[in-house]
Amino acid sequence: MKLPFEGAIDCDLHPAMPSVQGLLPYLDDYWRDQFSNRHIDRMPFVLSSYPPGSPLSSRPDWRLPSGSPGGDLDAIRRQVLDPFGIRYAICNPLHGAVALFNDDMAAALCAAVNDWMARELLDREPRLRASILVPAQSPELAAREIERVAPDRRFVQVLLLAMGETPLGRRIHWPIYAAAEKHELAIGVHAGSTYRVAPTYSGWTSYRVEDYVAQSAAFETQLLSLVAEGVFQKFPKLKVVMIESGFTWLPTWLWRTAKTWRGVRAEVPWIDRSPAEIVREHVRFTLQPIDAPPAEPDMLLRTLDHLGSDRLLLFSTDYPHWQFDGAEALPEGLSGDTMQKLLVDNPLETYPRLRDAAVTAGQDKTSGKEAS
Amino acid sequence: MSRRVVARASEVAPGTCKIVTARGREIGLFNIGGEYFALSNRCPHKGAELCRGMIVGLVGSDGPGEYHLSREGEFIRCPWHGWEYDIRTGQSWCDPTSVRARQFQVTVEPGSNLLKGPYVVETYLVSVEEDYLVINI
Amino acid sequence: MNVAVRHATAAQRLKVVDCDIHPVYRTTAELHPFMAAHWREHMATFGPHFRHGLTGQLPFPRMMAAGMRVDSFPQDGPPGSDLDLMRKQHLDANGVECGMLIALSRGGMEERNLEFGAALSSAINDWQLECWVRKEPRLRAAIVVPQENAEFAVAEIERRAGDPAFVQIMISPRSSDPLGHRRYWPIYAAAERCGKPLALHVAGYSGGHPSTGSGWPTYYIQEHYAMSTGMQNTLSSLVFEGVLERFPKLKIVMIEGGFAWLPALCWRMDKHWERMRAETPHLKRRPSEYVREHFWFTTQPIEEPENPEHLADIMSWVGWDRLMFSTDYPHWDFDDPKQAFKFRLTEQQKAMIFRDNARAFYGLP
Repeated sequence: MKLPFEGAIDCDLHPAMPSVQGLLPYLDDYWRDQFSNRHIDRMPFVLSSYPPGSPLSSRPDWRLPSGSPGGDLDAIRRQVLDPFGIRYAICNPLHGAVALFNDDMAAALCAAVNDWMARELLDREPRLRASILVPAQSPELAAREIERVAPDRRFVQVLLLAMGETPLGRRIHWPIYAAAEKHELAIGVHAGSTYRVAPTYSGWTSYRVEDYVAQSAAFETQLLSLVAEGVFQKFPKLKVVMIESGFTWLPTWLWRTAKTWRGVRAEVPWIDRSPAEIVREHVRFTLQPIDAPPAEPDMLLRTLDHLGSDRLLLFSTDYPHWQFDGAEALPEGLSGDTMQKLLVDNPLETYPRLRDAAVTAGQDKTSGKEAS
Repeated sequence: MSRRVVARASEVAPGTCKIVTARGREIGLFNIGGEYFALSNRCPHKGAELCRGMIVGLVGSDGPGEYHLSREGEFIRCPWHGWEYDIRTGQSWCDPTSVRARQFQVTVEPGSNLLKGPYVVETYLVSVEEDYLVINI
Repeated sequence: MNVAVRHATAAQRLKVVDCDIHPVYRTTAELHPFMAAHWREHMATFGPHFRHGLTGQLPFPRMMAAGMRVDSFPQDGPPGSDLDLMRKQHLDANGVECGMLIALSRGGMEERNLEFGAALSSAINDWQLECWVRKEPRLRAAIVVPQENAEFAVAEIERRAGDPAFVQIMISPRSSDPLGHRRYWPIYAAAERCGKPLALHVAGYSGGHPSTGSGWPTYYIQEHYAMSTGMQNTLSSLVFEGVLERFPKLKIVMIEGGFAWLPALCWRMDKHWERMRAETPHLKRRPSEYVREHFWFTTQPIEEPENPEHLADIMSWVGWDRLMFSTDYPHWDFDDPKQAFKFRLTEQQKAMIFRDNARAFYGLP
């Protein structure tokens, strides 16, 4: 169904990333020199999780006559912000720097991307917000980048990919969470892989569709890693958002983890309450993709019941990825109260920095105007 | 409810459990430092013989990577799924609000007040001699 | 009611087919009669060669009693090694009319030396027959194979194909390549030829890849969970590689991997395949249709939602005819047939899950 009112917050938007050429003004002379000599300035830095021509990567009617999908700010306004009545959209930068092995090169590119986003997107369109791109392969350098960018409060989140080299809960990553918690930034875990290890426990899949399907299993294991390692005990103010993760797998996860925990508690004794409670407090999930049978809307509604909370889902379009057709971004049969939470309240609660503008500008925090 | 003699206190050494049957129900008797407790032998989770599990202490933590052990010998872990129960109260640890093993009150009684069963509980006179407790056995 | 009487009455009322029982040998000497002298020698000298860093133990230690029911230890030997105790404590007490053996110890699934793996597989299969099935008519065996070498695996399948004591072929889903890959197809061809289903059950760290697609976890709670995410990946591979299109008579049971994840996974596979179907032209039907026709699931470890009725939703979405009861005796996360379901099942649902689905699946008389 279409959005019933204006003022929704889109928690997953993908503007196209600039070419390395486009980033040169944001790099220092050493990197400009290196990138030129080594022809790195001709490389696309596209994550292999999203081959540009793949149906997933862009809805056909969102592809542009020239340039990459999501590469034109006017198109973003025309195709998403205006028709969906979006109040804020969070830009999640999917850039290949995070797949490099050279930490310093990755860090330089990430910083350049963040500066580019601030200048080319956030300065030009007041409805846009962004996630900080970090070189997660080096938590120390990632934390440094968070510290550098955090003063710009239009950055509301730190972006990590769902499939890296070592599970996200491990202590080695904690400098990232410390920095994020300190600056009231959410941690966004987004679908995608750097393929440091095989994407399944039995090795390398053959097909892209398999890899994409396997992302949900990866989110399950990452969620468990964060809970099992005590990230939410160590960083009690941290919020984590699973982005483009699917969510219909979540009830089963909650049941299974709570059950197993009771029997294995002694190995992870810092988990001081049911994992289901921890997730309901600290973790959120964006709406797209809605992995549910379109012909049986009741099954989705029942699954939402199984979740045991209406505070978990955050509206998203995942533009320009192809997750729905037309303006049919919402499932059928949601109550008005559920929609209010999904579209506005849950995102505002999850991203404290989004509340800055509402407070300072005195804007109405409730549902706003009916869609015309 | 009636009171039954179920075992000699000495059959239940400190830190151990003895399973007995009373009125058709299996009950585990525990001795924690001289105090006696009794729990139903049936785990309320999935019906395992709770009292055949391991007697353990309570693992706690102040945060990731920190572990401490307290109340050693005061908890029983179900032999199947490992749920932890406080022997003193029957309270399960992980879900204090939802699961409790059935608890029976146990006292060490002088023999004359109880219905006679196969056991007569021996009484012990305790005397104090020059700062030592002496028990007549 | 007297406890002993209660057990006996329950056993009489309930007759179950248990689709997951783990027999164990007391010592490797039990395998000696079934191995050539030079392999016995090899076992004693070089020993097993697995894809992890420790000998004789797992790098993720289990919880109590190394992951066994604390009350399942016989007088001597490890849990699962004593047939009399298994009878008394489980087969008799729980009304098991038929039990499917899943032999995990030191089979060919994990062994890196493939010839040794073939010898071990054959020895384990002989051992299952002589030490278990011949002695206890309620038990059935599964053909253990050195799955990473299709030629050796097919040879072992064909050696056992005619013996009704073996009701299925055991493959670990934790393989070196996802099980849909073509190099395993000769195994599926052999399974289809001899009419025996595949039984997928995790064995150790057989394939050598990290337990998650994002690296190695830290704690056992995570390892335990990986059984279900891994099974999801495996199912996805078998579907997307077209195994079920190529081997339309193949039946597959997924054991101890859970089942509650199935509806959401089928929804996800269908949705994304619909958009990306040009990539897999060999698939003629949607993924969930292949699943509906070819896959069954054992019930243990059963889910325990806060609201038990939610599990009934899941089971009806999976299909009441697709679920087969299992206990995983003697492992710690055992499900007792009398206690496994906290919501009310109809008599028909009970009969299907506890017996009839398995009787149909295995063609039991």
